[in-house]
Amino acid sequence: MTESLYDQLGGEAAVNAAVDIFYRKVLADERINRFFDGVDVEQQAAKQKAFLTMTFGGPNNYTGKDMREGHKHLVERGLNDSHVDAVLENLKATLEELKVAPELIQQVLGIAESARGDVLNR
Amino acid sequence: MARLILEGRELLLKEGESVLDCLLRHDIEVSYGCQAGVCQSCLLQSEGEVPEEAQTGLKDTLRVQNYFLACQCQPSNDLVVRLPVAENFPSEVISVDHLTPEVVRLRLSVPEGFEYRPGQFLNLFHEGQSRSYSLASLPSEAFLEFHVRRVPGGVFSRWIFERLVEGMTVEIGSAGGDCFYVEGQPEQPLLLIATGTGLAPLYGILRDALAHGHVAPIHFYHGSSTEEGLYLQEELKALVHRHGQFHYVPCQSRGPVAEGIAAARANDRALQDLRDLKGWRVFLCGNPEMVTDAQRQCFLAGASVQEIYSDPFLPSSA
Repeated sequence: MTESLYDQLGGEAAVNAAVDIFYRKVLADERINRFFDGVDVEQQAAKQKAFLTMTFGGPNNYTGKDMREGHKHLVERGLNDSHVDAVLENLKATLEELKVAPELIQQVLGIAESARGDVLNR
Repeated sequence: MARLILEGRELLLKEGESVLDCLLRHDIEVSYGCQAGVCQSCLLQSEGEVPEEAQTGLKDTLRVQNYFLACQCQPSNDLVVRLPVAENFPSEVISVDHLTPEVVRLRLSVPEGFEYRPGQFLNLFHEGQSRSYSLASLPSEAFLEFHVRRVPGGVFSRWIFERLVEGMTVEIGSAGGDCFYVEGQPEQPLLLIATGTGLAPLYGILRDALAHGHVAPIHFYHGSSTEEGLYLQEELKALVHRHGQFHYVPCQSRGPVAEGIAAARANDRALQDLRDLKGWRVFLCGNPEMVTDAQRQCFLAGASVQEIYSDPFLPSSA
Protein backbone atom coordinates (compact mmCIF):
# COMPACT_ATOMS: atom_id res chain seq x y z
CA MET A 1 0.00 0.00 0.00
CA THR A 2 1.35 3.42 -0.85
CA GLU A 3 1.59 5.98 1.92
CA SER A 4 -1.09 8.70 1.82
CA LEU A 5 -0.17 12.27 0.94
CA TYR A 6 -0.86 13.29 4.56
CA ASP A 7 1.57 10.68 5.91
CA GLN A 8 4.21 11.51 3.30
CA LEU A 9 4.06 15.15 4.37
CA GLY A 10 4.45 14.20 8.02
CA GLY A 11 0.87 14.31 9.31
CA GLU A 12 -0.26 16.62 12.06
CA ALA A 13 3.29 17.64 13.00
CA ALA A 14 3.73 18.97 9.46
CA VAL A 15 0.47 20.91 9.66
CA ASN A 16 1.59 22.42 12.96
CA ALA A 17 4.93 23.41 11.47
CA ALA A 18 3.25 25.00 8.47
CA VAL A 19 0.28 26.79 10.02
CA ASP A 20 2.10 29.69 11.72
CA ILE A 21 4.37 30.29 8.73
CA PHE A 22 1.45 30.21 6.31
CA TYR A 23 -0.91 32.37 8.35
CA ARG A 24 1.85 34.91 9.06
CA LYS A 25 2.49 35.21 5.30
CA VAL A 26 -1.23 35.68 4.63
CA LEU A 27 -1.58 38.39 7.29
CA ALA A 28 1.48 40.20 5.98
CA ASP A 29 0.25 40.07 2.36
CA GLU A 30 -1.13 43.50 1.43
CA ARG A 31 -3.18 41.98 -1.39
CA ILE A 32 -5.37 39.97 0.98
CA ASN A 33 -4.87 40.98 4.62
CA ARG A 34 -7.77 43.44 4.58
CA PHE A 35 -10.11 40.43 4.59
CA PHE A 36 -8.72 39.55 8.04
CA ASP A 37 -9.20 42.98 9.66
CA GLY A 38 -10.70 42.69 13.14
CA VAL A 39 -10.62 38.89 12.99
CA ASP A 40 -9.58 37.05 16.17
CA VAL A 41 -6.11 35.65 15.49
CA GLU A 42 -6.62 32.55 17.61
CA GLN A 43 -9.96 31.54 16.08
CA GLN A 44 -8.60 32.23 12.61
CA ALA A 45 -5.47 30.15 13.26
CA ALA A 46 -7.71 27.17 14.08
CA LYS A 47 -9.48 27.66 10.74
CA GLN A 48 -6.18 27.93 8.90
CA LYS A 49 -5.09 24.69 10.53
CA ALA A 50 -8.27 22.98 9.35
CA PHE A 51 -7.67 24.32 5.84
CA LEU A 52 -4.07 23.09 5.78
CA THR A 53 -5.11 19.69 7.14
CA MET A 54 -7.54 19.41 4.24
CA THR A 55 -5.02 20.48 1.61
CA PHE A 56 -2.48 18.04 3.08
CA GLY A 57 -5.00 15.25 2.46
CA GLY A 58 -5.56 14.79 6.18
CA PRO A 59 -8.68 13.86 8.16
CA ASN A 60 -11.36 16.50 7.90
CA ASN A 61 -15.08 16.83 7.78
CA TYR A 62 -15.32 20.10 5.94
CA THR A 63 -17.74 20.17 3.06
CA GLY A 64 -18.22 22.38 0.04
CA LYS A 65 -21.19 23.87 1.88
CA ASP A 66 -18.96 24.93 4.82
CA MET A 67 -16.54 26.54 2.37
CA ARG A 68 -19.36 28.44 0.68
CA GLU A 69 -20.98 29.62 3.91
CA GLY A 70 -17.65 30.58 5.45
CA HIS A 71 -16.61 32.84 2.57
CA LYS A 72 -19.97 34.26 1.45
CA HIS A 73 -19.52 37.56 3.35
CA LEU A 74 -16.02 37.94 1.86
CA VAL A 75 -17.25 37.42 -1.71
CA GLU A 76 -19.73 40.23 -1.02
CA ARG A 77 -16.72 42.36 0.00
CA GLY A 78 -14.99 41.66 -3.31
CA LEU A 79 -13.13 38.35 -2.80
CA ASN A 80 -12.17 37.07 -6.27
CA ASP A 81 -9.77 34.83 -8.19
CA SER A 82 -6.81 37.14 -7.67
CA HIS A 83 -7.14 36.74 -3.89
CA VAL A 84 -7.36 32.96 -4.13
CA ASP A 85 -4.23 33.08 -6.32
CA ALA A 86 -2.46 35.08 -3.59
CA VAL A 87 -3.42 32.52 -0.92
CA LEU A 88 -2.15 29.67 -3.10
CA GLU A 89 1.08 31.56 -3.67
CA ASN A 90 1.56 31.90 0.09
CA LEU A 91 0.80 28.21 0.55
CA LYS A 92 3.39 27.28 -2.09
CA ALA A 93 6.01 29.57 -0.51
CA THR A 94 5.31 28.04 2.92
CA LEU A 95 5.86 24.51 1.65
CA GLU A 96 9.01 25.52 -0.20
CA GLU A 97 10.32 27.13 2.96
CA LEU A 98 9.71 23.82 4.77
CA LYS A 99 11.63 22.00 2.01
CA VAL A 100 8.68 19.87 0.93
CA ALA A 101 9.36 17.86 -2.26
CA PRO A 102 8.06 19.62 -5.42
CA GLU A 103 5.80 16.72 -6.44
CA LEU A 104 4.08 16.78 -3.02
CA ILE A 105 3.68 20.56 -3.24
CA GLN A 106 1.89 20.07 -6.57
CA GLN A 107 -0.52 17.61 -4.96
CA VAL A 108 -1.27 19.98 -2.06
CA LEU A 109 -1.86 22.88 -4.44
CA GLY A 110 -4.13 20.64 -6.52
CA ILE A 111 -6.35 19.92 -3.51
CA ALA A 112 -6.37 23.61 -2.53
CA GLU A 113 -7.26 24.57 -6.11
CA SER A 114 -10.26 22.23 -6.02
CA ALA A 115 -11.82 24.38 -3.29
CA ARG A 116 -11.70 27.54 -5.43
CA GLY A 117 -15.25 27.27 -6.79
CA ASP A 118 -16.77 26.75 -3.36
CA VAL A 119 -14.72 29.51 -1.75
CA LEU A 120 -15.82 32.00 -4.42
CA ASN A 121 -19.41 30.73 -4.26
CA ARG A 122 -19.78 29.81 -7.92
CA MET B 1 -13.81 -1.76 29.31
CA ALA B 2 -13.57 1.93 30.17
CA ARG B 3 -16.58 3.83 31.39
CA LEU B 4 -17.58 7.42 30.80
CA ILE B 5 -19.13 9.01 33.86
CA LEU B 6 -21.14 12.23 33.69
CA GLU B 7 -24.01 13.63 35.69
CA GLY B 8 -24.13 10.39 37.68
CA ARG B 9 -24.61 8.30 34.52
CA GLU B 10 -22.21 5.59 33.49
CA LEU B 11 -21.77 5.00 29.76
CA LEU B 12 -19.78 2.04 28.49
CA LEU B 13 -17.28 2.94 25.79
CA LYS B 14 -17.06 0.52 22.88
CA GLU B 15 -13.70 -0.73 21.67
CA GLY B 16 -11.92 2.13 19.89
CA GLU B 17 -14.80 4.53 20.40
CA SER B 18 -14.12 8.19 21.09
CA VAL B 19 -15.77 10.05 23.96
CA LEU B 20 -17.59 12.20 21.38
CA ASP B 21 -18.98 9.18 19.51
CA CYS B 22 -20.08 7.61 22.78
CA LEU B 23 -21.92 10.77 23.85
CA LEU B 24 -23.61 11.05 20.45
CA ARG B 25 -24.58 7.36 20.51
CA HIS B 26 -26.38 8.02 23.80
CA ASP B 27 -28.14 11.08 22.35
CA ILE B 28 -26.32 13.41 24.74
CA GLU B 29 -26.19 16.94 23.42
CA VAL B 30 -22.61 18.09 22.91
CA SER B 31 -21.10 20.64 20.57
CA TYR B 32 -18.65 19.41 17.94
CA GLY B 33 -17.33 20.28 14.50
CA CYS B 34 -14.45 18.83 12.49
CA GLN B 35 -14.11 15.53 14.42
CA ALA B 36 -10.43 15.65 13.53
CA GLY B 37 -9.01 17.37 16.60
CA VAL B 38 -8.65 20.71 14.88
CA CYS B 39 -11.63 22.98 15.56
CA GLN B 40 -11.71 22.40 19.34
CA SER B 41 -15.52 22.69 19.37
CA CYS B 42 -15.87 19.50 21.43
CA LEU B 43 -13.69 20.70 24.31
CA LEU B 44 -14.63 19.04 27.62
CA GLN B 45 -13.05 18.97 31.06
CA SER B 46 -12.26 15.84 33.07
CA GLU B 47 -11.99 15.36 36.83
CA GLY B 48 -8.68 13.54 36.38
CA GLU B 49 -5.88 12.99 33.90
CA VAL B 50 -6.74 12.35 30.26
CA PRO B 51 -4.83 10.59 27.43
CA GLU B 52 -2.09 12.83 26.03
CA GLU B 53 -3.32 12.57 22.43
CA ALA B 54 -6.68 14.03 23.50
CA GLN B 55 -4.88 17.27 24.43
CA THR B 56 -2.94 17.74 21.19
CA GLY B 57 -2.96 21.38 20.12
CA LEU B 58 -4.46 22.68 23.39
CA LYS B 59 -2.91 25.57 25.25
CA ASP B 60 -0.92 24.76 28.39
CA THR B 61 -3.46 26.52 30.58
CA LEU B 62 -6.20 24.19 29.29
CA ARG B 63 -3.98 21.09 29.62
CA VAL B 64 -3.23 21.66 33.29
CA GLN B 65 -6.96 21.98 33.95
CA ASN B 66 -7.56 18.55 32.31
CA TYR B 67 -9.41 19.89 29.30
CA PHE B 68 -9.50 17.51 26.33
CA LEU B 69 -10.98 17.07 22.86
CA ALA B 70 -13.83 14.57 23.01
CA CYS B 71 -13.34 13.52 19.37
CA GLN B 72 -9.68 12.59 19.98
CA CYS B 73 -10.19 10.88 23.33
CA GLN B 74 -10.26 7.09 23.52
CA PRO B 75 -9.60 6.48 27.22
CA SER B 76 -8.36 3.13 28.47
CA ASN B 77 -9.44 3.97 32.02
CA ASP B 78 -12.69 5.36 33.41
CA LEU B 79 -13.12 9.03 32.71
CA VAL B 80 -15.28 11.42 34.73
CA VAL B 81 -16.50 14.38 32.68
CA ARG B 82 -16.69 17.56 34.71
CA LEU B 83 -19.65 19.73 33.89
CA PRO B 84 -19.52 23.47 34.53
CA VAL B 85 -20.51 23.99 38.14
CA ALA B 86 -22.08 27.16 39.40
CA GLU B 87 -20.80 27.12 42.95
CA ASN B 88 -21.01 30.39 44.84
CA PHE B 89 -19.21 31.45 47.99
CA PRO B 90 -19.85 34.11 50.63
CA SER B 91 -16.89 36.43 51.10
CA GLU B 92 -16.22 39.33 53.46
CA VAL B 93 -15.00 42.76 52.38
CA ILE B 94 -11.55 43.32 53.92
CA SER B 95 -10.83 46.73 52.39
CA VAL B 96 -11.87 49.19 49.67
CA ASP B 97 -8.97 51.52 48.80
CA HIS B 98 -9.34 54.36 46.32
CA LEU B 99 -6.04 54.13 44.39
CA THR B 100 -7.09 56.95 42.07
CA PRO B 101 -10.45 58.74 41.62
CA GLU B 102 -11.20 56.18 38.90
CA VAL B 103 -9.83 52.93 40.33
CA VAL B 104 -10.44 51.13 43.63
CA ARG B 105 -8.59 48.14 45.01
CA LEU B 106 -11.11 45.76 46.51
CA ARG B 107 -9.90 43.04 48.85
CA LEU B 108 -12.16 40.19 49.91
CA SER B 109 -11.63 37.28 52.29
CA VAL B 110 -10.71 33.91 50.73
CA PRO B 111 -13.66 31.55 51.22
CA GLU B 112 -12.87 28.06 52.47
CA GLY B 113 -12.27 25.66 49.58
CA PHE B 114 -11.89 28.48 47.06
CA GLU B 115 -9.18 27.74 44.47
CA TYR B 116 -7.79 29.90 41.68
CA ARG B 117 -4.77 30.79 39.60
CA PRO B 118 -3.57 34.40 39.52
CA GLY B 119 -4.99 36.09 36.42
CA GLN B 120 -8.25 34.14 36.37
CA PHE B 121 -11.55 35.95 36.89
CA LEU B 122 -14.72 35.39 38.85
CA ASN B 123 -18.23 36.75 39.03
CA LEU B 124 -19.31 39.12 41.75
CA PHE B 125 -23.06 39.08 42.48
CA HIS B 126 -25.29 41.97 43.49
CA GLU B 127 -29.08 42.18 43.42
CA GLY B 128 -29.51 39.32 40.97
CA GLN B 129 -26.85 40.58 38.54
CA SER B 130 -23.19 39.72 38.14
CA ARG B 131 -20.00 41.17 36.67
CA SER B 132 -16.63 39.54 36.02
CA TYR B 133 -13.51 40.81 37.78
CA SER B 134 -9.95 39.58 37.41
CA LEU B 135 -7.84 38.37 40.33
CA ALA B 136 -4.69 40.41 41.03
CA SER B 137 -3.76 38.47 44.17
CA LEU B 138 -1.76 35.27 44.68
CA PRO B 139 -3.17 32.18 46.45
CA SER B 140 -0.37 32.62 49.02
CA GLU B 141 -1.95 35.95 50.08
CA ALA B 142 -4.66 36.14 52.72
CA PHE B 143 -7.10 38.03 50.48
CA LEU B 144 -8.58 38.11 46.99
CA GLU B 145 -7.67 41.36 45.23
CA PHE B 146 -9.54 43.10 42.41
CA HIS B 147 -9.05 46.43 40.65
CA VAL B 148 -12.33 48.08 39.75
CA ARG B 149 -12.63 50.94 37.30
CA ARG B 150 -15.43 53.48 37.70
CA VAL B 151 -17.76 53.02 34.74
CA PRO B 152 -19.95 56.04 33.93
CA GLY B 153 -23.49 54.99 34.76
CA GLY B 154 -22.26 51.55 35.86
CA VAL B 155 -24.46 49.91 38.50
CA PHE B 156 -21.70 47.69 39.85
CA SER B 157 -18.86 50.16 39.98
CA ARG B 158 -21.15 52.63 41.76
CA TRP B 159 -22.08 49.98 44.31
CA ILE B 160 -18.42 49.09 44.85
CA PHE B 161 -17.17 52.70 44.92
CA GLU B 162 -19.93 54.09 47.13
CA ARG B 163 -21.54 51.32 49.15
CA LEU B 164 -19.06 48.57 49.91
CA VAL B 165 -17.34 48.88 53.28
CA GLU B 166 -15.18 46.66 55.45
CA GLY B 167 -17.08 43.83 57.11
CA MET B 168 -19.87 43.49 54.53
CA THR B 169 -20.53 40.07 53.03
CA VAL B 170 -20.76 39.64 49.25
CA GLU B 171 -21.33 36.61 47.01
CA ILE B 172 -18.70 35.42 44.51
CA GLY B 173 -18.58 32.57 41.98
CA SER B 174 -15.77 30.11 41.20
CA ALA B 175 -12.68 31.28 39.35
CA GLY B 176 -12.40 30.60 35.59
CA GLY B 177 -10.51 31.58 32.47
CA ASP B 178 -7.35 30.36 30.78
CA CYS B 179 -5.16 33.46 30.98
CA PHE B 180 -2.63 32.53 33.67
CA TYR B 181 1.00 31.52 34.19
CA VAL B 182 1.97 27.85 33.85
CA GLU B 183 5.33 27.00 35.42
CA GLY B 184 7.93 24.76 33.83
CA GLN B 185 9.62 27.05 31.31
CA PRO B 186 11.52 29.54 33.50
CA GLU B 187 13.80 30.51 30.62
CA GLN B 188 11.08 31.63 28.23
CA PRO B 189 10.85 35.44 27.94
CA LEU B 190 7.47 36.93 28.80
CA LEU B 191 5.71 39.97 27.35
CA LEU B 192 2.77 41.40 29.30
CA ILE B 193 0.62 44.21 27.90
CA ALA B 194 -2.32 45.77 29.75
CA THR B 195 -4.53 48.80 29.39
CA GLY B 196 -6.36 50.28 32.39
CA THR B 197 -7.43 47.74 35.00
CA GLY B 198 -6.16 45.02 32.66
CA LEU B 199 -3.25 45.51 35.04
CA ALA B 200 -5.10 43.41 37.66
CA PRO B 201 -4.70 39.95 36.06
CA LEU B 202 -1.19 40.79 34.86
CA TYR B 203 -0.18 41.95 38.35
CA GLY B 204 -1.17 38.47 39.52
CA ILE B 205 0.48 36.65 36.60
CA LEU B 206 3.71 38.63 36.87
CA ARG B 207 4.12 38.05 40.61
CA ASP B 208 3.16 34.40 40.15
CA ALA B 209 5.94 34.02 37.55
CA LEU B 210 8.48 35.72 39.84
CA ALA B 211 7.37 33.57 42.81
CA HIS B 212 7.94 30.46 40.66
CA GLY B 213 11.51 31.58 39.96
CA HIS B 214 11.02 32.73 36.37
CA VAL B 215 14.54 33.77 35.38
CA ALA B 216 14.03 34.98 31.79
CA PRO B 217 13.20 38.63 31.06
CA ILE B 218 9.64 39.73 31.86
CA HIS B 219 8.59 42.90 30.04
CA PHE B 220 5.47 44.66 31.24
CA TYR B 221 3.82 47.54 29.34
CA HIS B 222 0.93 49.31 31.04
CA GLY B 223 -1.10 51.72 28.96
CA SER B 224 -3.64 54.40 29.78
CA SER B 225 -4.95 57.57 28.14
CA THR B 226 -4.20 59.54 31.34
CA GLU B 227 -1.33 59.55 33.82
CA GLU B 228 -3.76 58.82 36.65
CA GLY B 229 -4.74 55.58 34.92
CA LEU B 230 -1.18 54.32 35.42
CA TYR B 231 -1.82 53.20 38.99
CA LEU B 232 0.44 50.98 41.16
CA GLN B 233 3.56 52.63 39.70
CA GLU B 234 5.35 52.55 43.07
CA GLU B 235 4.65 48.85 43.61
CA LEU B 236 5.77 47.99 40.08
CA LYS B 237 8.95 50.06 40.38
CA ALA B 238 9.70 48.26 43.65
CA LEU B 239 9.43 44.96 41.78
CA VAL B 240 11.89 46.29 39.16
CA HIS B 241 14.38 47.02 41.97
CA ARG B 242 14.01 43.58 43.50
CA HIS B 243 14.05 41.57 40.27
CA GLY B 244 16.69 42.36 37.65
CA GLN B 245 14.82 40.41 34.95
CA PHE B 246 11.64 42.49 35.32
CA HIS B 247 11.13 45.55 33.09
CA TYR B 248 8.22 47.98 33.49
CA VAL B 249 7.23 50.59 30.91
CA PRO B 250 4.26 52.85 31.73
CA CYS B 251 2.73 54.29 28.54
CA GLN B 252 0.37 57.21 28.11
CA SER B 253 -1.46 57.53 24.79
CA ARG B 254 -2.75 61.11 25.11
CA GLY B 255 -1.55 64.54 26.19
CA PRO B 256 1.87 65.67 27.46
CA VAL B 257 3.60 62.99 29.51
CA ALA B 258 5.69 63.18 32.67
CA GLU B 259 9.30 62.01 32.81
CA GLY B 260 9.69 58.24 32.82
CA ILE B 261 6.45 57.65 30.95
CA ALA B 262 6.41 56.66 27.28
CA ALA B 263 4.17 58.74 25.01
CA ALA B 264 2.61 55.88 23.04
CA ARG B 265 0.02 53.16 23.09
CA ALA B 266 1.30 50.28 25.21
CA ASN B 267 1.08 47.65 22.44
CA ASP B 268 2.73 49.90 19.83
CA ARG B 269 5.57 50.76 22.19
CA ALA B 270 6.08 47.12 23.16
CA LEU B 271 6.33 46.00 19.55
CA GLN B 272 8.67 48.88 18.77
CA ASP B 273 11.02 47.84 21.59
CA LEU B 274 10.74 44.09 21.06
CA ARG B 275 10.73 43.30 17.39
CA ASP B 276 11.32 39.55 17.47
CA LEU B 277 8.92 37.59 19.69
CA LYS B 278 9.79 34.13 18.40
CA GLY B 279 9.69 31.77 21.37
CA TRP B 280 8.09 34.33 23.69
CA ARG B 281 5.00 33.88 25.83
CA VAL B 282 2.57 36.79 25.65
CA PHE B 283 -0.25 37.94 27.95
CA LEU B 284 -2.73 40.63 26.84
CA CYS B 285 -5.44 42.08 29.09
CA GLY B 286 -7.81 45.01 28.98
CA ASN B 287 -9.41 46.96 26.14
CA PRO B 288 -10.74 44.46 23.55
CA GLU B 289 -9.45 46.51 20.59
CA MET B 290 -5.96 46.63 22.08
CA VAL B 291 -6.11 42.88 22.67
CA THR B 292 -7.16 42.15 19.07
CA ASP B 293 -4.53 44.51 17.62
CA ALA B 294 -1.78 43.22 19.90
CA GLN B 295 -2.61 39.56 19.15
CA ARG B 296 -1.99 40.23 15.49
CA GLN B 297 1.11 42.38 16.11
CA CYS B 298 2.66 39.76 18.40
CA PHE B 299 1.85 36.92 16.01
CA LEU B 300 3.39 38.80 13.08
CA ALA B 301 6.46 39.49 15.25
CA GLY B 302 6.97 35.74 15.60
CA ALA B 303 5.00 34.66 18.69
CA SER B 304 3.11 31.40 18.23
CA VAL B 305 -0.69 31.56 18.53
CA GLN B 306 -0.48 28.86 21.21
CA GLU B 307 1.69 31.15 23.31
CA ILE B 308 -0.56 34.22 23.22
CA TYR B 309 -2.92 34.36 26.19
CA SER B 310 -5.54 37.06 26.36
CA ASP B 311 -8.33 38.41 28.49
CA PRO B 312 -10.29 41.11 26.68
CA PHE B 313 -12.45 43.14 29.10
CA LEU B 314 -15.78 43.18 27.34
CA PRO B 315 -18.21 45.86 28.42
CA SER B 316 -21.28 44.62 30.25
CA SER B 317 -24.35 44.49 28.04
CA ALA B 318 -26.69 45.08 30.99
